[in-house]
Amino acid sequence: MDNFTVGVVVFPGSNCDRDVSWALEGCLDIRTKYLWHESSDLSVVDAIVLPGGFSYGDYLRCGAIARFSPLINALDEFVKSGKRVLGICNGFQILTESGFLPGALVANKNLNFICDDVELDIISSKGGWFNNGDEKQTIKLPIAHGEGRYHCDSDTLKKLLDNELIALRYKNNPNGSSFDIAGITNEKGNVLGLMPHPERACDKTIGGTDGLFTLKSLILK
Amino acid sequence: MDQFAVKVFVRLRPSVLDPAGEATKSASIKLGAEGIKSLRIGKMIEVKIEGNDENEVRGKIDLLCDRLFANTVIEDYEYSLEKL
Repeated sequence: MDNFTVGVVVFPGSNCDRDVSWALEGCLDIRTKYLWHESSDLSVVDAIVLPGGFSYGDYLRCGAIARFSPLINALDEFVKSGKRVLGICNGFQILTESGFLPGALVANKNLNFICDDVELDIISSKGGWFNNGDEKQTIKLPIAHGEGRYHCDSDTLKKLLDNELIALRYKNNPNGSSFDIAGITNEKGNVLGLMPHPERACDKTIGGTDGLFTLKSLILK
Repeated sequence: MDQFAVKVFVRLRPSVLDPAGEATKSASIKLGAEGIKSLRIGKMIEVKIEGNDENEVRGKIDLLCDRLFANTVIEDYEYSLEKL
């Protein structure tokens, strides 16, 4: 896997791109390459992370403008080929806006921007994003969002449940998300979107390492 | 080519909680306004657009509303159109 390269997408307004790159390179020795949102050549990378931040200033809706970037247009083929895509926070919002994942993310129920550590239950092993070796079923990751309330209609929720697409649920729902949902995958399992930030939990000195496995699993085939 | 003025209204679907609307309702009551049963906040987008006729323009606006202005998972939209 020496040449395995994870593309970290940079939109105008992304602000977790360097954190993701630091976590992958510094903590996991996985090579990364920044991909400017205007590039559409994804052949140079083996997996992709859409990092957190405020792409295009969150204008109109979070992730709504990013959806029309050349890179997101090229993402369809990439996903269909089975390669892995991880959307964190604003990246999750972009994945729902662009239809790679169902539902939408709206303003937190209490309108606060919430910056905190949260406990999460691992619900589905689809895609192997949370196989942490010791079968730990609860992890702790930081969240930092104002618009992280996952919303979907009852038909979509049923589909998520029936197909085991709910990856993570909050133990103590901080934002009013439907069914306490914090992260979901697509049916194939190669696309994961989540509001918590695994890249901010990759080193003991900054509070925890529960995010390591999710980032490490980017190299899974 | 004719020019049209379009006003698009984007609203959260009734099933979607609007916490900003709730907070504004609460403030309205504190201001002394009585009788407010519901208060929800939406967006209004004004577009000036050229087209050969109204049907052509409606086609363009429908596409914009459906793909960009509104996220139909959580929002409904409607618009009014006026020939200038």
